[in-house]
Amino acid sequence: MNGADRPGSSRSRRSRSTARDIERYAALFASRTRVMKSSAMRDLMALTERPEVISLAGGWPDTSTFPPDSYAALMSDVAGNSCARALQYGPTEGLMLVKQCVAEVMRSEGMEIDVDEVLVTTGGQQVIDLVCKTLLDPGDVVVCEAPTYPGAVPTFCAYQADVVQVTMDRDGMRTGELEATLEELERAGRRPKFVYTVPTFHNPAGVTMSLERRSELVRIASERELLVLEDNPYGLLRYEGSPLPTLRSLDDEFVIYASTFSKILSPGVRLGWAVAPAPVLEKMNIGKQASDLCSSSISQYFVGAYFESTRPPSWEDYVRSLIEIYRRRRDVMLDSLAEHFPREAEWTHPEGGLFIWATLPDYIDTTDLLARALDEHVAFVPGRAAFLDGRGGSSMRLNFSGVGEDQIREGVQRLGEVVREQVALYGTLTGQYPAVAPPQRERAAQPVPEPFEDEAPLADVLRLPRKRA
Amino acid sequence: MRVAVLKGGRSLERQVSLRSGARVQDALERLGHEVIPIDVGGDLVELLTAEQPDVAFIALHGRDGEDGTIQELLEVMGIRYTGSGVSACIRAADKVLAKHAMRDRGIPTPDFYSFSDTAFKALGAAQALPAIEDRLRFPIVVKPASQGSALGIKFARTPADVPQALVAAFSYDRKVMLERHVAGRDLAVSIISDGDGPLPLPIVEAVPREEDFYDFESRYEIGRTQFVCPAELDESATARAGELALEVNALLGLAGFGRVDLMLDSSSGELFVLEADPVPGLTETSLLPQAADAAGIGFDELIERILAAALVRV
Repeated sequence: MNGADRPGSSRSRRSRSTARDIERYAALFASRTRVMKSSAMRDLMALTERPEVISLAGGWPDTSTFPPDSYAALMSDVAGNSCARALQYGPTEGLMLVKQCVAEVMRSEGMEIDVDEVLVTTGGQQVIDLVCKTLLDPGDVVVCEAPTYPGAVPTFCAYQADVVQVTMDRDGMRTGELEATLEELERAGRRPKFVYTVPTFHNPAGVTMSLERRSELVRIASERELLVLEDNPYGLLRYEGSPLPTLRSLDDEFVIYASTFSKILSPGVRLGWAVAPAPVLEKMNIGKQASDLCSSSISQYFVGAYFESTRPPSWEDYVRSLIEIYRRRRDVMLDSLAEHFPREAEWTHPEGGLFIWATLPDYIDTTDLLARALDEHVAFVPGRAAFLDGRGGSSMRLNFSGVGEDQIREGVQRLGEVVREQVALYGTLTGQYPAVAPPQRERAAQPVPEPFEDEAPLADVLRLPRKRA
Repeated sequence: MRVAVLKGGRSLERQVSLRSGARVQDALERLGHEVIPIDVGGDLVELLTAEQPDVAFIALHGRDGEDGTIQELLEVMGIRYTGSGVSACIRAADKVLAKHAMRDRGIPTPDFYSFSDTAFKALGAAQALPAIEDRLRFPIVVKPASQGSALGIKFARTPADVPQALVAAFSYDRKVMLERHVAGRDLAVSIISDGDGPLPLPIVEAVPREEDFYDFESRYEIGRTQFVCPAELDESATARAGELALEVNALLGLAGFGRVDLMLDSSSGELFVLEADPVPGLTETSLLPQAADAAGIGFDELIERILAAALVRV
């Protein structure tokens, strides 16, 4: 028995809480913890990590093809050239070495930036956190897409933001609706602090904002002096079509740009970055000091060594190899959906990124469906995780980057079976007997249906917590 | 004593069970026992065979842990275990079975109808829905027969809500129940049964802070639900709740410990038994530990008594 397990140690004391302590703790919790989402879904999601489950739920890139000997050699370079510095604290804004890598990556996406505009962060997630920390007082309005990145939801909640979600179609956020929403807010005397968007290969929706909408968005932001947080983790993972200019390349006054090394190299290095207007960046820097002083120096030297190294793969070659892998996986998933999902279902056709967003008939609740799917050892993210207002109950996010092609086929087939089962059951319950679609391989080639149009309001039978009435 | 703490598993209440199990482990260690923690999986029998514990503490909730499966396995292996035996678990974990037993015995439980999915698929049970709705009156609670916590429980307020609620409930079980909704106060009577016979603990009332339904989220989240223990009830309601809980406890044959959930109808003042839980939660926010605490029984003593009850059982 080690010290931590000995009776009277901190672990034992911690667990000795009694009923009286519960109320005592409750009184200590900050009010922001009450609006944090969690629990039911978190507990369900915990089961998705069991080894027998084919998880289409994660957002994990595939790190299995990075050559171990390259990793070893790079780490060895770090040890040989920068041991003491890698083991030391670094500047809050990040090492110049890494800022230059950032500039190089951004150049490959058509953006020229000054390294002084860069803040190196602990993953792209920290950018969302720092932007909230810098801009939001409790009750401030944030506008984002409906659905939005599920990982941003707890961040918005933690800063007690009042989140307004604007619907999307295949061209991304509906900027007309955005303007109407902003007008309405203005009439109510409220001015949002920023618009959060994933314009390219949206997580979870899988769609990409059109050039017209991009121009509209930056026009609206500029006219209203409103900041836009452009979250672009997947931009380089394009499997078809031509790249579109980022929001940041259309406007550098009102766009805060966020990206990450997670999808082009490794989420394990926990390195992302922000590029923002100087006054905003300065405040974010102060916020980062308070959060973690600086991001890992070891990781930063590793990334620096990787970009400098002449040893294959070059970072561009590695990204190209990932694109090949993910494109095949995406195609397998689209084919499998066409083959196994009933015709009542719709899904998006992403040109890049890691996710497909599928929408089922509105009488199917995907949170409950997940429980049934877990019986068949397959998992996804229920759509409700991407909304703050209870919408999304019939949708699901499917990831195709984290598991192999055979598993995708098998997983989608199992999922298709439980969905068909529920469609058929609903049919017998309502006497409608909707026909279950026969296999339709050709569907993958058909135009993508508008998945977000006319989303029926959820019947009031869902007793999940609502943040607003 | 060598105590295997069985926790985790593959049920939807896995996380809750891990939390219960961790607390139980700590308590057992403080009590001087040798603890063998087991996250229940495919290697369970192998592990138990290798470890040969003196007794198994079942901290598993939901499927496998509460429905008699684990208990049956332990019987076969000749390992003593905490809580109820196989048949009691089977009766209690199936809410429909439990409610039939209660109704047959004259114990008040909300009216209900239960069907398997085949009744709808093969026998046209959907045709009977209007008659059911007519008898139960809206709102109707639709729930899976076996799920613990509140996962899969839906309120149907109109006939149009019912099919959707049924589809959701069938996500958790092949058998579901439509139950008359009792509007009122949510009460729980926990029971410890050791050498001195079954002892009902002070009643816990759960008052959700935000949602108007005591759901899965608030049940396990500190600060989300306010618990009042002992519940502020008049003497006769308190006594009646205790009596009903003991009756159900005996009827289902629960042993060691358990919890009986009731509703106090706010319009009629009548008490109704909803269900009994053979392996109630033992987390920081769980009702049984709170009730024990209110009775002056600390967590360690509670665990010791549950363990002792397992050892005296023949």
